[in-house]
Amino acid sequence: MDLAYTPEEEEFRARLREWLAKALPALPPKPSPRDWPGRRAYDLGWQRMLYDAGYAHVHWDASPTTRLIFLEETETAGAPYVGAGFVGLLHAGPTIAAEGTPGQRERWLPPILRGEEVWCQGFSEPDAGSDLAALRTRARRDGDDYVVTGSKIWTSHAEVADWCELLVRTDPAAPKHRGITWLAMPMSAPGVEVRPLRTLAGSTEFAEVFLDEVRVPVANRVGAENDGWRVTMVTLSFERGTAFVGEVVACRRVLRSVAAAARDDGRWDDAVLRRRLGRLNAEFRALWRLTQWNVSEAEASGGGVPGVGGSVFKLRYSHARQELYDVAADVLGAGSLDLEQPWVLDRLSSLSYTIAAGTSQIQRNIVAERVLGLPKGR
Amino acid sequence: MRFQLTSDQLALRAAMRELLARRFGGAVLRAAVDDPRLDRALWRELGAAGFFALRVPEADGGVGLGLPEAVLVFEEAGRVLLPGPLVATHLAAGTVPGAASGEAVVADVDGGGLVEWLDAADVVRGDAAGAVALTSVDPLTPVHRVPGARARAVDPVAVLLTAAEQLGTATRACELAVQHARTREQFGQPIGAFQAVKHLCAQMLVRAETARAAVYAAAVTADPVDIAAARLLADEAAERGARDCLQVHGGMGFTWECEVHLHLKRAWVRSRRGGGGAESEELLAVDLLA
Ligand SMILES: Cc1cc2nc3c(=O)[nH]c(=O)nc-3n(C[C@H](O)[C@H](O)[C@H](O)COP(=O)(O)OP(=O)(O)OC[C@H]3O[C@@H](n4cnc5c(N)ncnc54)[C@H](O)[C@@H]3O)c2cc1C
Repeated sequence: MDLAYTPEEEEFRARLREWLAKALPALPPKPSPRDWPGRRAYDLGWQRMLYDAGYAHVHWDASPTTRLIFLEETETAGAPYVGAGFVGLLHAGPTIAAEGTPGQRERWLPPILRGEEVWCQGFSEPDAGSDLAALRTRARRDGDDYVVTGSKIWTSHAEVADWCELLVRTDPAAPKHRGITWLAMPMSAPGVEVRPLRTLAGSTEFAEVFLDEVRVPVANRVGAENDGWRVTMVTLSFERGTAFVGEVVACRRVLRSVAAAARDDGRWDDAVLRRRLGRLNAEFRALWRLTQWNVSEAEASGGGVPGVGGSVFKLRYSHARQELYDVAADVLGAGSLDLEQPWVLDRLSSLSYTIAAGTSQIQRNIVAERVLGLPKGR
Repeated sequence: MRFQLTSDQLALRAAMRELLARRFGGAVLRAAVDDPRLDRALWRELGAAGFFALRVPEADGGVGLGLPEAVLVFEEAGRVLLPGPLVATHLAAGTVPGAASGEAVVADVDGGGLVEWLDAADVVRGDAAGAVALTSVDPLTPVHRVPGARARAVDPVAVLLTAAEQLGTATRACELAVQHARTREQFGQPIGAFQAVKHLCAQMLVRAETARAAVYAAAVTADPVDIAAARLLADEAAERGARDCLQVHGGMGFTWECEVHLHLKRAWVRSRRGGGGAESEELLAVDLLA
């Protein structure tokens, strides 16, 4: 049991810190949270800076600990988060790296790393959310193409994406987990229509995507035909892995500002509120330790695909994040009803954390069945 | 960063688990409940195994290990509901003669004015004058209360070792619940196939694993704020875990025969020790303004 970093890791941290101190002041002003084209340009610009400085690979090739340090330091310095690069960098990219052919890696990975192309995730459908394998979007083989028809929903960043990691049904007769295929679909292909959806926070963060006879080359298939469910499990484990590290660091900072605000307006004298803040401090410290634990285990087992530790973490974290912004709202008082106040939009967006990337109910099933070995229900 | 257990630590934990299984297995626990006396022979055996002298420097005749190792053996003790003033005697090793070897049983007047195992102790640290015996809710932990004792600061190591014992209970409660959920059948299937039961078990694991990360990290840093966080999460994981375990056992969980109530009651006793609850929360709140 040891929380010390190696000299090489500390050196990496020091170099990164030094670079961040120079790089961040050179960033253009942050676009408004609702300006998606602006956010795309901003997030890709940041990725390009990382690329030029030699940090673009960190999500893929670096050791889990180095990646932890990267996420910790960038967040602490107030650097941009992956943003529009999320799907490309954190799950489509790693999936292609693990499952793609050399040609596919050559085609798709460098533009992701250089901040030139944005990916989105076309998994969920109107009638297939938690029961993802119930998806119905069809793909029929026609010569060298798949012809895809159907619709996807809740597709984050679809408005500004170049590529979509798309799940389609290629064998309607097979059992539902068997007939699925993983495709890389260009969003510019004829027959792709994106209709933005408005979130409860008022932003068009995600969209509905309609697919009408869209031709996707067979060469864009990652993994074998009808083997898409296995590839999907690889993708999802990346999604739930260390994706939240930076956010835990951010939450700890928010918690400190909430406490400071409570002190400044006298609410600190309320023992009930103070004790809730203290408990949240314990919560986020523990979540940080749990992250270190998961990273250390991943490192010991040779890195690779993250394990179910991610589900345990996501469950606890998503609820803690909501509790944090609820306490923040109590500190704001009537101000919590004002969208212009800090934390109010975050409070709204935190509501998605127990839903997106697998709901809490689904995560509990995963923990119970895959970690504790309880029987599957009927 | 090698946060996971080293091979030496795994071996230490396995040895402690083996000793406790041999000397304090299910049947012994039952017998102890009917006749709650401190087993002096077992106490000396713990002493010989280094349980009390674990952190005493080798130069002073101790084992010379650190807090992480102490946390691991206290977690094992917590798992099996090992009775006795374990934390007090461990803390006294190296200062109170006989404590390190398990010859002496040492009780402490806790920061909150409670004393566990007062009558069995050879040495009592703190002022226990006027102590009044309570009819202890935990059949395996006699408790006295010292009227008028003023709450005082508690040694962070005591707070952490209590958290480690709670972690043992949290882990054990989850195991017991899962074992029962896999085997007990209703409506033609194991109750563990029902989502309501499954989700209780999953939450038990989530609380226990979060507490584990916090407790182990606090053992590494020995930082009082980390320790306070660990204690809060471990108390919660133990108390709620034992309650959920009881629920999963149904009517059987409400019986004296079933081991579950012993875990819940011990978790309650430990939660009342100084340095938990409000004290930890206040410490952690103040840390936010630092
Ligand atoms: C902000 C946001 C961004 C998203 N981005 C993307 C994206 O980019 N790409 C993408 O493909 N998807 C995305 N999603 C979709 C997300 O993965 C799904 O919303 C999620 O998996 C739940 O599916 P659903 O919405 O169909 O809800 P449902 O599956 O209909 O669930 C409704 C309720 O029923 C419960 N429920 C369902 N099944 C069970 C069960 N077996 N046991 C117990 N309870 C159950 C759920 O927990 C939930 O409470 C996003 C969602 C959000 C909120």
